[in-house]
Amino acid sequence: MILEWVLSALVLLSGFFALIAGLGILRLPDVLIRMHATTKAGTLASGLVMAAVAVGFGDASTIARAVAIVLFLMLTAPVAAHMIGRAAFRSGVKLWEPTVIDPDARAKLGVRHHGTPGGD
Amino acid sequence: MSLFLLNILLAVAWAALMGTFTVGGLATGFALGFVALWVVQSLFPGSTYHGRVWRWLKLIVLFHYELIVSSFQVAWDVLTPTQRSRPGIVSVPLKAEGEAEVLLVTNLISLTPGTLSLDVTEDCNTLYVHAMFADDPQEIRDQIENGMERWVREALA
Repeated sequence: MILEWVLSALVLLSGFFALIAGLGILRLPDVLIRMHATTKAGTLASGLVMAAVAVGFGDASTIARAVAIVLFLMLTAPVAAHMIGRAAFRSGVKLWEPTVIDPDARAKLGVRHHGTPGGD
Repeated sequence: MSLFLLNILLAVAWAALMGTFTVGGLATGFALGFVALWVVQSLFPGSTYHGRVWRWLKLIVLFHYELIVSSFQVAWDVLTPTQRSRPGIVSVPLKAEGEAEVLLVTNLISLTPGTLSLDVTEDCNTLYVHAMFADDPQEIRDQIENGMERWVREALA
């Protein structure tokens, strides 16, 4: 009984955060802010659903796999976001108007693009 | 590191004596061995094993806490109609040394509230992050330096 409540809570919370991650892509103003939503909420959502799987099955091999999946997600999701954000910044994708860019950033990172709003 | 090997040996011994060669049996043996070694810590002067395990646990727990906080923050930002963020790209000087430390710090920063690693300079000592609330860049630098970066350096030291 209590187990069922815990499982339902985990699955529902996971669904909620997955929805947030998806909605974030639609609603947030520019690519870098969207990456915030997908990495954080998306990782938490998949972590919660894996926690539900581990608690629900409760045997060693399932738990080991769930832990491995979560570890790999935590390793790969930020790297993917980092690469997308880096590529966007380097190729001069337009950022949201209020964005304040550190004046040295482009020079130090060796970016040749100029003339995007919010900087320079 | 030798205490770690000793701990594994104790776990195997426990599992063998109890006749429970399962993951659960080995885990119980490992936990009991850890406590036993902690009790006789003074026999191994200069050992950093327990402190190191403790700092890793601290890093893991604090990181999960931050991940949950940041997810709620993102949820709030997505669900409320007005965008209240004032984003910016901020440079953060890194004290972390070596590629493993830098990788761990940048990965964890991406998953904690308000910051997303964007790029690292060639010499690995300045990190550029995209911050959701960049009114005060110095505050963000301090937060990273005294938070995630310090925990990572303590754990890997």
